[in-house]
Amino acid sequence: METAPSFDFKKNIEKALSDAQLRKNLRSAMDILVAKRKTVFPDADMLERLRTKGNALKRNALIQLPRLLERLEANCTKNGIQVHWAETAPEANGIVLEILRRHDAAEVVKGKSMVSEEMHLNHFLAENGIDALETDLGEFIIQLNHETPSHIIVPAIHKNRDEVARIFCEKIPDTPYTENVEALTAIARKTLRARFARAKAGISGVNMAVAETGTLVLVENEGNGRMCTTVPEVHIAVMGIEKVVERLSDVPPLLRLLTGSATGQVITTYVNMITSPRKPGEKDGPKEVHLVLLDNGRSRILADPAFRETLLCIRCGTCLNHCPVYVRIGGHAYGHVYPGPIGKLLTPMMEGLSRAGELPAASSLCGACEAVCPVKIPIASLLRRLRHENVRENPNSVVEGSGVGKNLAETLVWKGWVLANLQPALNRLGVKGVSWMGDRLPRIGPLKEWTSVRTAPRFAGKTLHERIKEDEIVKSRNWDGKVKSSRCKARKF
Amino acid sequence: MNDTARERILSRLDAAGLAKERPGAVESPAPETWRREEKIRRLQSQMEAMRTEVHVVEADRWIDRLKAIVRKREWKEIVCGAGSVIATELQSAWEGGGDGLPKQVFYEERIESFKEYLFTVDAGVTSTVGAVADTGAVILWPTPAEPRTLSLVPPVHIALVDADQIFVSLDEAMQAQGWKDRMPANALLISGPSKTADIEFTLVFGVHGPKEMIVLIKT
Amino acid sequence: MAKTPSRSMKVYFFGTCLVDSIFPEAGVAAIRLLKREGVEVVFPKAQSCCGQPAFNAGFFDEARTVAKKQLRLFSGPYPIVVPSGSCAGMMKHHYPTLFSKTPELQDARRFSHRVYELSEFLVRVLDIRLKDQGPPMKVTWHSSCHALREMGVIEDSKSLIRQLQDVTLVELEREAECCGFGGTFAIKQPAVSAAMVKDKIEDIARTGASTVLSGDCGCLLNINGALAYQKTPVAGVHLAQFLWERTRGNRAFL
Repeated sequence: METAPSFDFKKNIEKALSDAQLRKNLRSAMDILVAKRKTVFPDADMLERLRTKGNALKRNALIQLPRLLERLEANCTKNGIQVHWAETAPEANGIVLEILRRHDAAEVVKGKSMVSEEMHLNHFLAENGIDALETDLGEFIIQLNHETPSHIIVPAIHKNRDEVARIFCEKIPDTPYTENVEALTAIARKTLRARFARAKAGISGVNMAVAETGTLVLVENEGNGRMCTTVPEVHIAVMGIEKVVERLSDVPPLLRLLTGSATGQVITTYVNMITSPRKPGEKDGPKEVHLVLLDNGRSRILADPAFRETLLCIRCGTCLNHCPVYVRIGGHAYGHVYPGPIGKLLTPMMEGLSRAGELPAASSLCGACEAVCPVKIPIASLLRRLRHENVRENPNSVVEGSGVGKNLAETLVWKGWVLANLQPALNRLGVKGVSWMGDRLPRIGPLKEWTSVRTAPRFAGKTLHERIKEDEIVKSRNWDGKVKSSRCKARKF
Repeated sequence: MNDTARERILSRLDAAGLAKERPGAVESPAPETWRREEKIRRLQSQMEAMRTEVHVVEADRWIDRLKAIVRKREWKEIVCGAGSVIATELQSAWEGGGDGLPKQVFYEERIESFKEYLFTVDAGVTSTVGAVADTGAVILWPTPAEPRTLSLVPPVHIALVDADQIFVSLDEAMQAQGWKDRMPANALLISGPSKTADIEFTLVFGVHGPKEMIVLIKT
Repeated sequence: MAKTPSRSMKVYFFGTCLVDSIFPEAGVAAIRLLKREGVEVVFPKAQSCCGQPAFNAGFFDEARTVAKKQLRLFSGPYPIVVPSGSCAGMMKHHYPTLFSKTPELQDARRFSHRVYELSEFLVRVLDIRLKDQGPPMKVTWHSSCHALREMGVIEDSKSLIRQLQDVTLVELEREAECCGFGGTFAIKQPAVSAAMVKDKIEDIARTGASTVLSGDCGCLLNINGALAYQKTPVAGVHLAQFLWERTRGNRAFL
């Protein structure tokens, strides 16, 4: 596994929170995406039925995953698509490199693919002398600036137009400074067009792969995806193994959920369904199409019935759009390939709790994400499960690093909490003690952080138990004046 | 080496206890049924919302409409598929250019030699195998006669739709046309000119695919 | 007209640990609201916490131990009314999971079916009618996350506020956005939590309301702390306490 850059979550967060421009950009971008999604799904009941269907289709695919992958491979192969299997990212990179070398492809054009980010493919190819140019506008921008995507769908959303103008002016030869978005887009079109025309190979991701027909389905708006998968003589598609669906008829509802949730569109400009390379007699299309199936920990995660549901994900990004944490810190703060709620699940699962154990705790469990997830992943419950794995050693855990977050202080806190909650006397004593201290409670530990932006909590002089007993609140008159017989049900257990 | 990876992945999946779960029932809502006029109307309005120029013409007048469109644009050359139905119809009606009409070029060679030309021509004309009304998209199944890049590279894409081949939904199209048994190398849904909103969500048309799309619905 | 049950309806009241130790008057108010409708309220002594804090922190065994105690204290066949969306959500939706694969599962399921959040109970079971007896005022409402997404009771809560004739409800711009409490989240991610509560109270201040209402004491603790720190002249009050104060008139304590 490649060493990820050092990850100081706290520092990242502080940096992001203090970046007013970033927060402004993020807030307006997320508001737009949330509103677009609402507009494109106006009927709440229909959306709910569609989500239920999406969940069922994807679950059924996961349940049959080994057989569907075999069927996908058989049908692809029958149609001339060459299928490769890779357990790890380095293996997948090796497969891609070997194909490119065979074709002497020193320059390739690339469509957007989060799996290729998992592979750190561009970096690997560059180290091996191959220039992989990102062609999706957002990816193109951040590649020029040596950044990674900050969002699954709109990778450059943290940038505003003057930043883009500066990047283009500085990094693309003979380019004037312009903040006009049409002009900036025209610059990208012109620059990339030359590359589309001469690239020997194109690399893409896959939104869904249909086992029944051996078809790769790709969606996009710009046309760069079609350029990458049609013009060069070689097309290499990389895909996580969980992206396979059983039938062609599964595609329309999943497409609707994907495009509606990701960008608030009923359909993208292009839906591209690839089933074979150039057929005899055809004049264009790649002569070779390769599909690289990447595992990278997915088969391990699938063995846990709860964590398995994470792999329902269709990479729409809407959980990010609705997350109160994401909107304040942006994608880069998470320090790994996938940000946001889904990232807080995938990263510890794929890379282990030793590396990413802090991520699952970075959520208030507000549930906004799972309320909108098109395939109903129970994100909050899974975050909780990961927190549990983090503090409990479990030799059978599918996640690396279980128990790594266990620490004496926290263990004692919760043991003490149990005691206080089982022993009413102890509880009352504790509350009395704290409330007696009032403002004199030392500002240490949790209280220190709390009181940096809030006044300290004031414990009541009398608990509810005491108030009820004192005022005989449950042993009293009804409002119509009739006295009820004593029904004080203070039970002792 | 590759087999080992395949075998190891599959055996891990087989051991993952997936079969213990029972598949869920997948319900489908009752499909919409729209009349022909409604389908035409919806296709037009959805595509126009995505900046497509839509013309509804009588089937035998489509060439006249196309001529009117191209004359206004003052294009020099348009390309269509060699040996395609459109090519044959257009050839007789075009009279080899002149009269303000662009020169008609045919996609006769393979892309390797045709590429350079394709990147300079003004517009490409293709047929379609149908359209989807609920989302507003035309369906292309590129063939030897009409290659894929015909609808991708030229800055303007002109597509001809037969009104009788407009389906309510993609699902209906897939079923009615029996897609699953005969998928082409590359099936496409196209809902308008290429676009992006990657910079500050400002919508810009004409990125890497065509800048403009013109659809002629033949009734 | 309130639905007066022909036989006195009996309910359990689960106060919640935050009400017990920090907001007892909210609990008192809730009980009085129920009793005024002719409901007999039973308050099992020694009740404590629903277990949610430990559960959310990943300490499932500890949560289960404390939850088990509540199962025993509330074992009669009566509805359990809870003045908190998050505690109600914990008990209604998560107890079955917490007790899955344990001998208590059946008890936990039966318990969960009897759980009601307070607003939900007042509106859907008691069909409460409120007569506003206070002076005109402007309030705003914060939707706590679990009341909204787990219990689905926000419309019930707001309908209660709207029954009060002289109370104007001005909605927040981002009513449903999390206030940043999240239990241990406020401790483990203090910077993000602080940013969230700061935005929430700025939203509150912009409404011009004098009071912000919520059905959840965790949120109130968080919001009130920030309001006080910023010296924003808005008071955060639990819905039950607000409804009781507005409608009790001159009636002495029952």
